[in-house]
Amino acid sequence: MAGAGGGGCPAGGNDLQWCFSQVKGAVDEDVAEADVISTVEFSHSGDLLATGDKGGRVVIFQREQENKSRPHSRGEYNVYSTFQSHEPEFDYLKSLEIEEKINKIRWLPRQSAARFLLSTNDKTIKLWKISERDKRAEGCNLQDEDGRLRDPSSVTALRVPILKPMDLMVEANPRRIFANAHTYHINSISVNSDHETYLSADDLRINLWHLEITDRSFNIVDIKPANMEELTEVITAAEFHPHQCNVLVYSSSKGTIRLCDMRSSALCDRHSKFFEEPEDPSSRSFFSEIISSVSDVKFSHSGRYMMTRDYLSVKVWDLNMESRPVETHQVHEYLRSKLCSLYENDCIFDKFECCWNGCDSAIMTGSYNNFFRMFDRTTWRDVTLEASRENSKPRASLKPRRVCAGGKRKKDEVSVDSLDFSKKILHTAWHPAENIIAVAATNNLYIFQDKAN
Amino acid sequence: MSQKQEEENPAEETGEEKQDTQEKEGMLPERAEEAKLKAKYPSLGQKPGGSDFLMKRLQKGQKYFDSGDYNMAKAKMKNKQLPSAGPDKNLVTGDHIPTPQDLPQRKSSLVTSKLAGGQVE
Repeated sequence: MAGAGGGGCPAGGNDLQWCFSQVKGAVDEDVAEADVISTVEFSHSGDLLATGDKGGRVVIFQREQENKSRPHSRGEYNVYSTFQSHEPEFDYLKSLEIEEKINKIRWLPRQSAARFLLSTNDKTIKLWKISERDKRAEGCNLQDEDGRLRDPSSVTALRVPILKPMDLMVEANPRRIFANAHTYHINSISVNSDHETYLSADDLRINLWHLEITDRSFNIVDIKPANMEELTEVITAAEFHPHQCNVLVYSSSKGTIRLCDMRSSALCDRHSKFFEEPEDPSSRSFFSEIISSVSDVKFSHSGRYMMTRDYLSVKVWDLNMESRPVETHQVHEYLRSKLCSLYENDCIFDKFECCWNGCDSAIMTGSYNNFFRMFDRTTWRDVTLEASRENSKPRASLKPRRVCAGGKRKKDEVSVDSLDFSKKILHTAWHPAENIIAVAATNNLYIFQDKAN
Repeated sequence: MSQKQEEENPAEETGEEKQDTQEKEGMLPERAEEAKLKAKYPSLGQKPGGSDFLMKRLQKGQKYFDSGDYNMAKAKMKNKQLPSAGPDKNLVTGDHIPTPQDLPQRKSSLVTSKLAGGQVE
């Protein structure tokens, strides 16, 4: 599987020169709510890149083959397929509006010519089959060329249909609909390494599904208290281990991560491992718990580590050590003195995601002002870059950005007070084998590559 | 007293004292922010991560429309116009009886994403 082997994975985020490659989406000043990108995911080979948006639509891009006649196209991503995955619903029984927003997309490993992905909104997960058709049958016996059925009794002679080439057509069909298993809002889906099952997690429960079976799912984690008044924490993210099909982790709004082993019992309410960084009680404030809430958890490709994102930092944990993380990287520590206003405008509840590069030597996560951060785990260097149309000339190098926390602002630095908190980069993805990254900036998708690529 | 000592012998500040000062400085921004918030909202509870906050998160998407209330209100005001929602259309609870006009219309969902249209750069 991907990871350590990964085709000569070069050094991580910073010895590289990141360059603009492409940007997708409209330049409109007024962004329609439906166009806001809500998830980004590369396929296992990296040749497909899927996005989901608040309008329930999925757009899949495909990487062009290197083409001698168009050398500058250099592996660009172009639209391959687009479809409406989810639609808005109203649950009349519970008086609940169900958004069509795609919360997560996860690709299935490739097993045939067709491609499969799981997409989910708050309540329903769907398995989509994306297949190509480039041939058409001509000379059928029971059908006209325009598809009208012939009366069988009118057929006097039989002929063998011929397959003729046609323009490539990419079709997306929903093959399974996994519904009615979640009372609360689904925040995560994760495909198991057994390629047969997957998990879906909501605020209080995690369910296990078989990809072939839609009318049954097994509950494996349930943290709902008998008395809802006693509720103190919710599940924020969950993921299966990349190699051990019996292991999963889930994070909580209190900054803890629990690792569960499905072999130990059918209901994994008791964790096998409990990861929590000890907190200095004297530094506790009103905001402590809120900013410690883990918004994303991701295993490394190797399966040895996992990474968690809380409001101000990214932490890398060794699965063998529960007492504290092995690495802590500050994303935007300068926001600590802005927590009051970030609480008032709800930004403190923003859920940032994080991702590993193919060989686990670097990690990336987003911030505000369309900034995103990369940390190289080997050199311990970090860089802040910006996704902006101002720097969108083909192959233009991205200049590192700096935020000035206080005091005298140097030239080229951005002061904390002039950061645009409406420009959030919540979703980013890193190609599984190469240094290509996809960054979602509200309604635009940026693709950056390293110069050597 | 101890502060005076520090001033007289700044070079002899012990490692521990130095650390205390640094910790205090690190703590200050968050505590200062907390004080700001409490000043603005004095009724803010002690446990921010407690029940109320989490319940709000779990109840996202809840819309309130009672057809019984609606029909009773309609019957009461046969000859008058039904009151329409105030500026905040999302909060149709409490005294205001929501009307079908108040509820969000089912959005047209068949518009192609702009990511799929337009130029390829």
